[in-house]
Amino acid sequence: MTALKTPAPLDGRTAQARRLKRRRRLGRAGLNTVGVLVFLFAVFPVYWMVSTALKTNDQIFTTDFIPIPTEITFDHVDRILTEGVAGNSIWVYMRNSTIVALGTVLIGAVLALLAATAISRFRFRGRTSFLVLLLIVQMIPAEALLIPLFLNVKRLGLYDQLLGLIVINVGLTLPFGIWMLRTFVAAVPKSLEEAAWIDGASRFTTFWKVLFPLVAPGLVATSIFSFITAWNELIFALILMSDSSGYTMPVALQFFFGQRGTDWGAIMAGSTMMTIPVVVFFLLVQRRMVSGLVAGAVKG
Amino acid sequence: MTNTSTVARGGGASPAPGRRRQSPPRPAKASGLPAWVVPYVLLVPGLLVIAALLLYPLFQMIVMSFQKVGLRQIRGVPAEWVGWDNYTQVFGNEIFWSSLRNTVGFAVVTVSLTLVLGTAVGTLLNRLSTRMSTFVVVGIMSAWAVPPVAQGVIWRWLFDADAGMINWGLNLLPDWFSRLLFGRADWTGEPWLNDALSTYLVLVITVVWASFPFIAVSVLAGLKGIPSELYEAARVDGSSAWRTFRKITFPLLKPVFAVLTILSIIWNFKVFSQLYVLMNGPTNREAFNLSMFSFAEAFRSPPKMGTGAAIAVVLTLLLLVVTSLYVRQIVKTEEM
Repeated sequence: MTALKTPAPLDGRTAQARRLKRRRRLGRAGLNTVGVLVFLFAVFPVYWMVSTALKTNDQIFTTDFIPIPTEITFDHVDRILTEGVAGNSIWVYMRNSTIVALGTVLIGAVLALLAATAISRFRFRGRTSFLVLLLIVQMIPAEALLIPLFLNVKRLGLYDQLLGLIVINVGLTLPFGIWMLRTFVAAVPKSLEEAAWIDGASRFTTFWKVLFPLVAPGLVATSIFSFITAWNELIFALILMSDSSGYTMPVALQFFFGQRGTDWGAIMAGSTMMTIPVVVFFLLVQRRMVSGLVAGAVKG
Repeated sequence: MTNTSTVARGGGASPAPGRRRQSPPRPAKASGLPAWVVPYVLLVPGLLVIAALLLYPLFQMIVMSFQKVGLRQIRGVPAEWVGWDNYTQVFGNEIFWSSLRNTVGFAVVTVSLTLVLGTAVGTLLNRLSTRMSTFVVVGIMSAWAVPPVAQGVIWRWLFDADAGMINWGLNLLPDWFSRLLFGRADWTGEPWLNDALSTYLVLVITVVWASFPFIAVSVLAGLKGIPSELYEAARVDGSSAWRTFRKITFPLLKPVFAVLTILSIIWNFKVFSQLYVLMNGPTNREAFNLSMFSFAEAFRSPPKMGTGAAIAVVLTLLLLVVTSLYVRQIVKTEEM
């Protein structure tokens, strides 16, 4: 009897709940669809670069849409490696870019670590001024420094040398490097160093054996940012390198745009080669970026 | 820094170095330096680099903007002082005014689009399941990671007149619809990168595509910090989604938005690499922005470095205004 007489209001409520549930499921499906669309918008151009690099010229220069290359070819990759562009194999430019980026990272990391330690481990007169200086200096447009730095580099005899580019890139990346690294240094509890001091370790030993290992991950993240900035830098490489054997990747890519039409397969292969290391690095530091970027601003 | 630095400043977990101990234990084997000298010693190398590579050149640039620096001066002849000549020359040049318009207009449009799109995607990411959200984040990260030069190359190819994807896609639209929207139906061979306006259209799309991920990820990080009880309370009270955003999300994320807006303005003001690739070097004078104009004046023959420096000074002054806002915001929200 009781089973037959289900109270009406309850019935209504379950129906409503079911409706709500369905709506929520629909809503979830809608959200996921939008998510996939965003993903496609972001990824398609990258995919298009890679797939163009692997297509035959017949499939590149067509008014048809060929989403997936039906014949995959490594001709373009092969061509830029052997024939190259502007008189050199693409390896030369990859090598130059790597030298410049690594050089920048190595010099920059040492300088940034020293300065970051000073800022976050000591209170001293002029500390706040230095921090504000760092912020302001980061914002100076590289274009504004282009002309004087060009003349200075020429005067110092560093024109047409990778070392000149390294020095410039150290200057461009250092303020941000210090700014970023300082938070990592500050995150290491001071008590660890104090314990080492009590145990009789010297200042240098404390730094090298206690602070450095703990800051190392932050140093890696900071270095990756500097590496990417130096790797991507175009404008200084454009004016400081006149001999094609000293070009970096961003400069070399410009030479694919010829007078007699553009070799799109080759340029896409070159762009892909230039992009891959950066994407890998980005995915490596992804988590740190997501968690760390605006954390300071949120609690305001 | 360069516009290539799509990286953000590391806010990081904010430390609280304010708690100063009365007297921190000294290292037993002191390195011989008095304690107060140590921070300065550590700071000197970095400070020297900043002074030599950023501050001194900045000073040189200002001096040069009052000088005539041409081919002979590059070869070593002392530069000639010309007073305000470079500036009057620049302000009298209509390319300067079109460059200024392009710079400001591009920044306004791009910053608004990036912020709106980025915030929308950030909010979306926050509501997706973890797996789905990671999937989308990895996707947008790959767009963000593409080097600026490669960004230019990719979109130049997508907007190619003959074999580009975009013209193919536009031709796909039903004729009546395309005519209604754009006043034309046939897009075959449409050269997008010939005139200034459509070049900037492509540039806006390129830069928005590459920079909305940073905004989205930052907004997501901010959203994660808002306690979920607030949203539950709002739901119980029957607040609409838009109202919740306006009354809860936005006020709480205001500092984040302030920093993101200012950073985007700064980055977009000096966009160079993408524009350089899209218009194939400093070719089309009407499509110059201030960076490109300064570059072209100084490094295309005959080199007029004094004039180039004057343009750069104007650009720097503009950026300085925005930067001072940024510094104020940072000082306000972050313990330094």
